[in-house]
Amino acid sequence: MGLSVSLFVTCLVDQLFPKVGVAMAGVLERLGYRIDFREAQTCCGQPAFNSGFTSEARDVALHFLKVFEDAEYVVVPSGSCATMIRHHFADLFRKDPGAEAASRALAPRVFEFSEFLVEVAKQEDVGARFDGAVTYHDSCHALRELKIKDQPRRLLGHVRGLELREMQPVEECCGFGGTFSVKFGELSGDMLDGKIEAIRGTGAGTVVSIDPSCLMQISGGLRRRGLPIETMHLAEVLAAR
Amino acid sequence: MSASFHEKIHVALSDLTLQKTIRTSTQRFIEKRRDVVAPEVLPDYQELRTHANQLKQHTLENLDYYLERLESKVQERGGKVLWCADGESATRAVVSIAKEKGIKIAVKAKSMLSEEIGLNEALEKNGLEPVETDLGEFILQLAGERPYHIVAPALHKSRHDVGELFAEKLGMERSDDPPVLTAEARRVLRAKFLQAGMGISGANFVVAESGAVVLVENEGNIRLTTSLPRVHIAIAGIEKLIPRATDLAVFLKLLGRSATGQPLTSYTSFLAGARRPGEISGPEEFYLLLLDNGRTRILADDEKRQTLYCIRCGACSNVCPVYRRVGGHTYPGAYSGPIGAILTPQFHGAGHEPALPFASSLCGACAEVCPVKIDIPRMLLTLRQETKKVTARELPTRVEKLGFRIWSWVMRNPRLFEQLGFLSKAVLPAPSDGQWIKSLPGPLSEWTGHRDFPPPAQQSFRELWRARRRAGANSANAAVRGNVADGNRNERRIGSRTDHA
Amino acid sequence: MPDRERILHRIRSGLGRHIDQPPPPPPPPRLMVPPMDSEQCIELLLANFPGESFRAGSLADAREQVSRIIAGRSAIASAAPVLLDAGITSLPGVQSGFTDPVALRDVAANSEVGISSADYALADPGALVLLSSSREDRLISLLPTIHIAVVPSRVVISGLDELFTVLPDPAEVSSSMVFIAGPSKTGDIEMKLTLGVHGPREIYLVIV
Repeated sequence: MGLSVSLFVTCLVDQLFPKVGVAMAGVLERLGYRIDFREAQTCCGQPAFNSGFTSEARDVALHFLKVFEDAEYVVVPSGSCATMIRHHFADLFRKDPGAEAASRALAPRVFEFSEFLVEVAKQEDVGARFDGAVTYHDSCHALRELKIKDQPRRLLGHVRGLELREMQPVEECCGFGGTFSVKFGELSGDMLDGKIEAIRGTGAGTVVSIDPSCLMQISGGLRRRGLPIETMHLAEVLAAR
Repeated sequence: MSASFHEKIHVALSDLTLQKTIRTSTQRFIEKRRDVVAPEVLPDYQELRTHANQLKQHTLENLDYYLERLESKVQERGGKVLWCADGESATRAVVSIAKEKGIKIAVKAKSMLSEEIGLNEALEKNGLEPVETDLGEFILQLAGERPYHIVAPALHKSRHDVGELFAEKLGMERSDDPPVLTAEARRVLRAKFLQAGMGISGANFVVAESGAVVLVENEGNIRLTTSLPRVHIAIAGIEKLIPRATDLAVFLKLLGRSATGQPLTSYTSFLAGARRPGEISGPEEFYLLLLDNGRTRILADDEKRQTLYCIRCGACSNVCPVYRRVGGHTYPGAYSGPIGAILTPQFHGAGHEPALPFASSLCGACAEVCPVKIDIPRMLLTLRQETKKVTARELPTRVEKLGFRIWSWVMRNPRLFEQLGFLSKAVLPAPSDGQWIKSLPGPLSEWTGHRDFPPPAQQSFRELWRARRRAGANSANAAVRGNVADGNRNERRIGSRTDHA
Repeated sequence: MPDRERILHRIRSGLGRHIDQPPPPPPPPRLMVPPMDSEQCIELLLANFPGESFRAGSLADAREQVSRIIAGRSAIASAAPVLLDAGITSLPGVQSGFTDPVALRDVAANSEVGISSADYALADPGALVLLSSSREDRLISLLPTIHIAVVPSRVVISGLDELFTVLPDPAEVSSSMVFIAGPSKTGDIEMKLTLGVHGPREIYLVIV
């Protein structure tokens, strides 16, 4: 294909869950993409933005723009980060026409990982194999802001040996919400309880999501309870053979 | 951040009966709504939402025009329009009409606005007897409590609570059977309806070109309130206007479905003034009270004006994971749930309850169900920004801002970011065998109070990337891919052994 | 400054509008009338009506049905032409012809059955439309515990969109238009459905 893709792995993946980045890179390379990792990358600015500190968020967003301005495609293993870049950068730069123009120009080239595979690469079967029952957690930003609901399910549907089970209720927030998880810990923990109940209800051995923040929340909860349910990013499932 | 707000949340979460009650009731509302807006049942649901949003936008952007049209239409038919800048002037107006007409008893239909301005208290202070006639509101009036939910005010009360209350306050023989309790309420209230000289209602919609108010209900108390007493006063926020009666073909299809899962409620009243020559029953006089009380300030804000589109259906509360866990009484102000979270700071100022806009995971479930497409999460984000500005001098905000300034500096310096990563590996506990951290100090204890925290990876992604580049593309690819592909189950857990060994 | 002027001034300065500035045209009314004929509307209404519904073959048949439902209980009827024509107002136990509001109110409050007609009936979602007039009083379908509506088939229309097409401004014809789409009910106590809270607990429809 010869097309080049820039990875924005996100700060969480870089420092806490690097295997997710590795998996994503592997899948893309196998599909024939030339991938680059711009080492100047750090964060999309979301934590400050969600906390109401726009000028701090803006500075970080400007840095992001500088790093990725000329990228052909930017692929992100996170629905919330992709939303920040595509939907909220323009809000941050309302008083900076140059940056606003740059962010509007970049937005159409930024994709969440499953979106990219289905809509750009047009590959729903990436040759993966994963034996077992899996349930998929819909991350709120991806679901409601980017309308990502089908894409991950279609990709999982093509994974050999994988049985996809829907949790009930589906589409409920896991309770992460950024600093919400720490400012309102009890509430966040209670929402997490609900999510774990729903996961257990499926009997699946693995829960999959496209957002590292949700996975951090859910995995943290499963481990605290000592439950033998694995947490995986979609990229890791798709990289499995 | 108000200790009492956090305390209230904690109390609500600890009350298991409450948890079960709100969860069950809101679940019913969720399912009923879902059934009647499903594409097979209402194929143009999304289109209707867009139309409703556009109609509200147009009306509010030209509100002065429509208010004047409304006034002339009401006056044409012999009614009177009372303009009230704030709650006090509104309550004064109602009291003065009652006194002027020698009215003692005022029956009331459910009105969030009357809650907002404390109308009942004002009437009682002036020797009048306001009687709530909606069953839920009647229960609350007897109990001396505030509404728990925009549409289902007594959501939190069990049949036993009501049975006890009625036995005590109405002197009836104790029963916990809803039909028996309801029959008693009907009997007591029917007498009041027939005695009352004044009926006070709110308005779901105010139709400018008709000079009319529209009210929806299931019980019939609104029809009685607006038909029996000789004076009818409808109180409405200025934002309730819609241009034409024909626009009800859009709004009525959305309101009932969004609120209670009904295509139409049992009764919809379209009231255009006092009874006309020839008509037998009906009020002799009609007053329409238009209230500002902070709405003009919200109206002036281009971004947050959409808060005023709200048609008070309560759908946002029903789907909100926070509301469903803390209930209506936890929210400060008259309005609860997601709409309350954006309305109350705009009425009372961002400093009123600074934690309120942050008590949300921004999941967006509210925006998804709002029939008039208010972008509540966006409003919350803007209010968070305003809150930080308003509290800028307070210590917690200053500390947080400093923290984010440091964070921002680090994030603009990739090498610094990486150094910090190395530092955290040195500082944070490193459990063996792929375990996560069980306990962290300071603010992060709020995390570890409820779940484990991931330790930093042995090698960050950028280190792995560099390593592969150093090793040369081919052999490093194989090594990296091999890591992922070897199918070892332990390898696949987020933060598995090979991340942290 | 009186509140009226203060409020209007705040609105205008907040919106950047001046006095007497005409607004841009509103979004056009959205009225999508489904292509249904009278028979289809009647069929759908009978299916959707939230109470027992009957199709009477004649005025006499309608009278029969109403008499059966009343079953000897006290009743009050409006002065709607169809009720007079069908002889319903002259059924035993049925009082009608009130012009005094106090008398009407007292009798309605003490009657078990209220008999009205309707100005329109909406097939979707199954509702009656009553406009208050000298021939159709508000209280008759409200105070008694049973409500019977007798409607001529020609007033059955498809739904809200058609209603607002034929009646774009109800305020021109009456001080009160009411849609009745069900009996009086509440779920306010533990979401348990109870009928007949303030209004009728049972409603009946006779189409003639």
